[in-house]
Amino acid sequence: MNRRALNQNAAFAMFWIAGAVAVLIMAFVVGYIMLKGLPGITADFFTSSPRGGLSGEGGIYSTIVTTFYMVVVTLAFAVPFGVGAAIYLTEYSGTSESRMVLKLVSVARFGVETLAGVPSIIFGLFGYALFVSALNFGFSILSASMAGACLIIPVIIRTTEEALKAVPTGYREASLALGANRWETIWKVILPSAFRGISTGILLSAGRIVSETAIFFVTLGGSYRVPHSLMSGGRTMALHVYYLAMETRAFDKAMSTAAVLVGLIVLMNLSINMITNRISAKEYK
Amino acid sequence: MTSGMRRTGTEKTMKAVLLISALASLMIVLLIFLFTMKEAMPAFREIGILKMLTDTTWRPGNDQFGILAMIAGSGLVTLGAVLLGVPLALGTAIFLSEVAPNWIVKIVRPSIELLAGIPSVVYGLFGMVVLVPLVRMIPAPGNAGFGLLAASAVLAVMVLPTIANISEFAVRSVPKGYREGSLALGATKWETISRVILPAAKPGIISSVVLGLGRALGETIAMIMVIGNSVILPAPITSNPLSIFLSRARTLTGNVAVEISYATGIHESALFATGVVLFILIILVNSSARFLMRRGVN
Repeated sequence: MNRRALNQNAAFAMFWIAGAVAVLIMAFVVGYIMLKGLPGITADFFTSSPRGGLSGEGGIYSTIVTTFYMVVVTLAFAVPFGVGAAIYLTEYSGTSESRMVLKLVSVARFGVETLAGVPSIIFGLFGYALFVSALNFGFSILSASMAGACLIIPVIIRTTEEALKAVPTGYREASLALGANRWETIWKVILPSAFRGISTGILLSAGRIVSETAIFFVTLGGSYRVPHSLMSGGRTMALHVYYLAMETRAFDKAMSTAAVLVGLIVLMNLSINMITNRISAKEYK
Repeated sequence: MTSGMRRTGTEKTMKAVLLISALASLMIVLLIFLFTMKEAMPAFREIGILKMLTDTTWRPGNDQFGILAMIAGSGLVTLGAVLLGVPLALGTAIFLSEVAPNWIVKIVRPSIELLAGIPSVVYGLFGMVVLVPLVRMIPAPGNAGFGLLAASAVLAVMVLPTIANISEFAVRSVPKGYREGSLALGATKWETISRVILPAAKPGIISSVVLGLGRALGETIAMIMVIGNSVILPAPITSNPLSIFLSRARTLTGNVAVEISYATGIHESALFATGVVLFILIILVNSSARFLMRRGVN
């Protein structure tokens, strides 16, 4: 074998190793969490709430409820803004020749890109200063979900924009030619055809809220009771893992909660992939 | 009112509503900056920006609020994550775009997606339970396992998806003609990758690493869980300079998260000042990534 071929084999071997290591890391992290966490998961684990105390007794019922509320309320704040922004940026920005509008669009885009890069603890800090303290919402689902909305608005905008761009231009032209105005076209033609794409973005954002810890650590309070209103504090499953590991040192319970979290994330990823595959299958027809 | 007028009215209203949504992100960014800045002002005025940035002592009880130790902590842990994570991430990106057969790509890519989806608190837990005991086995006086090395390793895995995805995209965006031209001239596949494709994809690859840096600087929970959180300027704990990574440390993010819930007065303001420094640092990093990416496109 000559030297050039030898060089190539050596280099490609490194790339195979890199790919294999990436997969092995994933398998090891997920496998370890599952192996250590699954034995502690019983029906009781899901249906009983943490009882407090230093041994980390009890299950995760109240944290599931809080996680669910957090996802729903945060999406309620973020989806209208995110989808609305994406519609403006894709559907209106190209239509107007006015320099004023083009300027606004580029400014808005800059805002979205910057917001996407802000680390979550800054949203937490902001939420703590504005919602928890200044507006006096306290450590509550309301404060936490408003801070959390800042985190997912850029995600929703990006995925919705992609979904809107995937709608064929012919749909728009046909609708406009039939006499519909731009908003009617968006509402009755474009949004229904982009629905699947938008829903994957919303699912992705829900995953981000389920995974988020830093924002809620400083805005949600951490109570392990079942929340009864928007003004209740609480702890999500992710936050519960943190408290179990760092404060009660109940590592076996933390592992079981982490296993539930990872299982949930895997399920969400699978459904996102399923929806995406169905979209591309439809396009190939 | 005729239906035509109502339709035009709705059209106009909706356009305004959508424009407001589009500008919401910018308004949130401005609001965050102004609010954090306002809360940080007392600290900047009373302690002084320069003093905060250059003093290594953080003792809120003593009214000492230097954040240099945390800046060093954030910087070093990010450096460690880059050293450990970038070769792996770039290798994976090139593997996925140039080397791997299709059926292997179908295994590797979802694995990376899953790595991206795992909550940071789970990485932190994994770090505490698996990596910290491993690091503790390194024989060195005062090595508790918690510290920069364990934190860098966790962070390297957390930024892997960001760097791998964006640089894979950069490599795939290199025009087909470059590849074909090089192969037609008799270059091997590896020569084509190393001398034609990688140089062409360089701006995208660099900006993927810079974006990874931004993510690393912003990570909070996983860092609190494994880095030890001691406010000390990291220093080598043995005669080997690399043992600096066995030192405990605290990140800027960790400083904010750990203390904000009970801080009051000037202490609270100093934490907001920490946030402002972090915010500016990350905006600088991210805009340089965007600048590089744009220059690459032109």
